[in-house]
Amino acid sequence: MNVWIAIALTVVGCYAVKLAGLLVPAGALERPAVRRLAALLPVALLAALTAQQTFSTGHELVLDARAAGLAAAGLALLLRAPFLLVVAAAVVVTAGVRALGG
Amino acid sequence: MVRQESPGGVGERTRAAVVRDALGVGVAVGLSGFAFGVTAAGAGISVLQACVLSLLVFTGASQFALVGAVAAGGNPFTAAAGAFFLGTRNAFYGLRLSQLLALPKALRPFAAHWVIDETTAVALAQPDRRSARLGFTVTGLSLYLLWNLTTLLGALGAEALGDTSAWGLDAAGPAVFLALLAPMLKTATERAVAALALVLGLGLLPVLPAGLPVLVAALAAPAVLWLKGRRS
Repeated sequence: MNVWIAIALTVVGCYAVKLAGLLVPAGALERPAVRRLAALLPVALLAALTAQQTFSTGHELVLDARAAGLAAAGLALLLRAPFLLVVAAAVVVTAGVRALGG
Repeated sequence: MVRQESPGGVGERTRAAVVRDALGVGVAVGLSGFAFGVTAAGAGISVLQACVLSLLVFTGASQFALVGAVAAGGNPFTAAAGAFFLGTRNAFYGLRLSQLLALPKALRPFAAHWVIDETTAVALAQPDRRSARLGFTVTGLSLYLLWNLTTLLGALGAEALGDTSAWGLDAAGPAVFLALLAPMLKTATERAVAALALVLGLGLLPVLPAGLPVLVAALAAPAVLWLKGRRS
């Protein structure tokens, strides 16, 4: 896959939406339906991405050490740990489970 | 929420307090660029490509999504589409910020690059326009500098480490997504969307080309809204 093409598209697309927000007149996107959808779209994408990057390798669904790592991150979030600590918990637990042969 | 700008001093926060808040967010999140650099290297992206992403895309979730899609071997268009749709929330931040910050037209193209979760959160938390502008600028600057520096260090470090999965670093990406997602799950609607997206994302993974399941899972948002509309 051509990584540079993907990078170029992402650079242009992500900058364009940021700029659009600052430039468009407020009324253009302020319709309630658009606002609700805009709030829910990241929820759907983040949930799907979290699940995929935890429970899959390529085209296969797998259950491995990453699941334990993510459970640790979830626990850290419940305990209101700061962002960095949440990520660190996932990394350390995943590495630990792998070291134990998981 | 946001109060109107007060004339001269009354109700304005001290500049030091605003700077302290802004730096707290900028430094904490800026350091997670390290996780991005490592994740990017683990996905088989070069140090240069990782740095270009942090310099020019500068919106964390989209960057993680893109390198995840690259690692999964999707085509560049579906990979970029996933990153783009995640980035659309920044347009709505921009809408709120443009009213709050009232930036001069000439500055907007530059300020736009810093319109992200963290700068918006800090700016919206301020009681007046001057504090909001200061909070936005300090958060943006500190986060931008650190995010790019730690991306470079993370990517170089991961190359030195070799096998990043032995260090558990492949769990950094999903943990970042989860940390972004958790505060969004306020009501039953958000939870329903997340659950449906999870099922679609995992269920379609074995059968659809890489990158597509995430885009189909995004349809969970309009689907749940439509169902809610039908029931009420």
